[in-house]
This record gives sequence, C-alpha cells and structure tokens, in this order.
Amino acid sequence: MSGFDESLLDEVDETVRVRFVVNGRKVACEVAPRETLVDCLRNALELTGTHAGCEMGACGACLVQIDGRAVHSCLMFAVQADGAEINTIEGLTESGVIADLQAEFHRRNALQCGFCTPGMLVNAQELLSQVAEPSREDIRDALSGNCCRCTGYEAIVDAIDAVAKARREAGGTP
Amino acid sequence: MKARAFSYFRAATIDQALDAHARAGDDARFIAGGQSLVPALSLRLQAPRLLIDITHIAEMRGVRREGGFLRIGALTRHCEMLSEPLIAEFAPLLHAAAPFVAHPAIRNRGTFGGSVALADPASEFPAMTLALDAEIEIAGSSGTRRIKADDFFLDLFETALQPGELITAIHIPLFKADQRFAFDELARRRGDYALVGCGMLATCAGDHIDDIRISFFSVGNIPTRVKGAEAALIGSSLDAERIAAAQVALESDLAPPDSDEVPPAMRLHLARVLLGRLLGRLRDGA
Repeated sequence: MSGFDESLLDEVDETVRVRFVVNGRKVACEVAPRETLVDCLRNALELTGTHAGCEMGACGACLVQIDGRAVHSCLMFAVQADGAEINTIEGLTESGVIADLQAEFHRRNALQCGFCTPGMLVNAQELLSQVAEPSREDIRDALSGNCCRCTGYEAIVDAIDAVAKARREAGGTP
Repeated sequence: MKARAFSYFRAATIDQALDAHARAGDDARFIAGGQSLVPALSLRLQAPRLLIDITHIAEMRGVRREGGFLRIGALTRHCEMLSEPLIAEFAPLLHAAAPFVAHPAIRNRGTFGGSVALADPASEFPAMTLALDAEIEIAGSSGTRRIKADDFFLDLFETALQPGELITAIHIPLFKADQRFAFDELARRRGDYALVGCGMLATCAGDHIDDIRISFFSVGNIPTRVKGAEAALIGSSLDAERIAAAQVALESDLAPPDSDEVPPAMRLHLARVLLGRLLGRLRDGA
C-alpha cells in the first residue's frame, strides 16, 4: 500500500461537469473537485446570498437546503452535490416559504450587520419544519450552529418564536 | 483556507471504492458526510491526491433487523438516528445520543460509519458503540470481517481499521424488554464538544442489575468503558451505596488528560456527577 497508480488519474478529470437543480432551475457548471459548494454557488452561479464565513461548519452563514434539508455549503465539495436539488436564500425568498420569517426578522430588527442572516433564516426554516412547537430553549439549541458576532440572538430567538406561534395558529407547520 | 487539489471518484459499489483505494495506495481518502474530513482538508491537515466518494453506495445504506442485531448501514446519517423508527425501538441509546451530536445542519450530512471510523474521543457515537457492545462490519481487499467495538478503538484517532478498509455497517444487539439505558453529557453550550459525556445500557431483573455497560467520552484518548464502576453495580440493586461505590471506582477507571482549561480533577469530578445522575435515572426509570 504505497505506490500511487497514476493511470487512476487518467480516469478522473481535473475539472468535472456538475449538474444541480438550483432554486428550481437546472444548471450545469465546470468545477475543480476542490471547489466547495459555497464557492461554486457564489462564484459560478452568482448566488451571493449564501455567505462564506468560517468555512469550518461552525458559523452557519453558508447554510443552504440540499434535497430539502439544511446543510453547510462550505462542508461539501460541489462535485459531491452533483444531481442534488439545492435551494439557496434567493430561492427560498422567491418561493415565499420564508416570507413570514423574513418579515418578523425585519419587524424585530433581528439582525445587526446582517452577514449571518441568510444562514439564520435557513436554520430557522429547518427548525420549524422539524419541530412544531419549539421552546425558546429548542430555538437556542438549534441556533448553536449559527454565529451572530453582533450578538443579536435575543431578537432572533424572539422572531423565530413569534413565527413558530403564528404558523401553529395558522394550522400546523408547512 | 482551501483544500489542496485532488481528484475525485464517485464509487457506485463497495468493490469499486476498495479498488480505487488500492490503486491510489495511501494517497486516498474515503468521503461520506465529510463533516470532519472537509475541514481537515481545508486546513490541509490532510492532502490526499484522490477522494473516493462513497455516499452513493446503496449496499451501505439502510437500517434493518438481521438475526439478533440491528444492522445500521454506515451511511446512515445522524439525523436518521432521530427519525428512523427501528433505531428508536431497537437502539434507543443511539436515538437518545443523537440530539447531542453537533447541530442540525451537521447531523443532516454526517454519517454514523464516518463518526465511528474517525473515532474522535469527544464524539458521542463511538462511545455508544462500546456501551451497546456493537460489532463493526469492515470491508477490505481480503473480504469482510466483523470486530467488536471493545477491540476497535486503539488510541487517539487510531482504530483497528487497516489502510484501505471501509466500515460498511454497524451491528447493534437488539434492545430487549428487560434493558434500560441512559445518556447525557455536560457541555458549556449545546452542540459544543462535551466536557464529559456518558451512555449506559443495563440488563435488569426488576431493580436488580444483571449486567451493565457504561461508556464515557471526552475523558481520554479513546472512548472508555469503566469496568470498575460496572463491576461495582452488577449483581445488586441501584441503591445509594452502590452508586457511590461506582463513583469511587471511576478514579481508577478514568485517566483524564491534563489541560489548562479543564484540570483532570475537575473532569473526574464531573464524570462522577454525571455517573450518579445517570444511574439515578436508570433506577427511577426516568
């Protein structure tokens, strides 16, 4: 187990053509295997709402939905997402599914600089789709993967809590 | 930072993955969830020339009963520990531990097999395979073998896995009606690594403990069974005296590492507190 069989590299390309469905549209692009999904989304597809923060999976600014679930786009290479259905903050905004969250964040000023907000919204949507009646403690637990360096957490928890209650009163979770 | 350039191969079968690894020599890594590997690549702690994506290997997916075991495919994601009914019924300790593994977005990608393969001593699932007396199914160029969790964890991030071998499934003895379990961890903030964590599985006749396996994490180089404490509990009911004896036994069972942040004496104290709390829950059926 030591020598590297160079013929292996003839079978794998240095750039790979990947296809995704991003925000409901089929797209294809050429990526190097080392390119993370967040870089691909921002650079090749110009979807700059997804933010690259820590690039270690700790800050949550890069969250997107892959096949319906919140995922760190910095902890995934674009090649791994080949064939996936991806929704970024732009797609979630266009479709209106997080309009109530966005309105409540806005109303309560649940952000300061706003850098973390796209990830906060993706995470909030993930929480509310999984837990029908989150307590404030549940909300704080869920936000443990999102860093707001302006420390705007209190208003963010308030906003998510208010939307959870409003959705419940409107008849269950989406 | 960004990962060093590498080539990428998506394997469709276990054989394809093993073959690609064999041909790449030691210069390849398997990737599944990637929630620990991608940061390691980005920091260039690792810089393989080939990444072999095993995420699409159907043989490594799914959860099913097989004999007296629950066979959990290595690609089972952490979030599935919470949503899969067979796990809730037959491996409830894993179900109880899952909410403590990182945070939701990590759980949506990270895999059970990957966590066990990495063997992070601060991770919940490797330690729980010990408490559960799990068997780890491994595929390699010379065939498939099964190894007990007790024999799997060797040293810091070092396991019985040989280069090029792949964890394909983890087999958990089915949870039985006369068994009880408990899990908890002490962390500064949910989602952070635990200061101390513990899971246990006991076989009981009424309040009498016939057998118990207790496993700690975040207290040493490897997930650690505390056999002295186990011995102090087997063959009796969980009265205050026995619990105290088990807490005392931790002193010889555990050797917390020296660190400025959490001195060994403090970590040992926290382990005793946690053990007492969990045994109390086990006794009260809470």
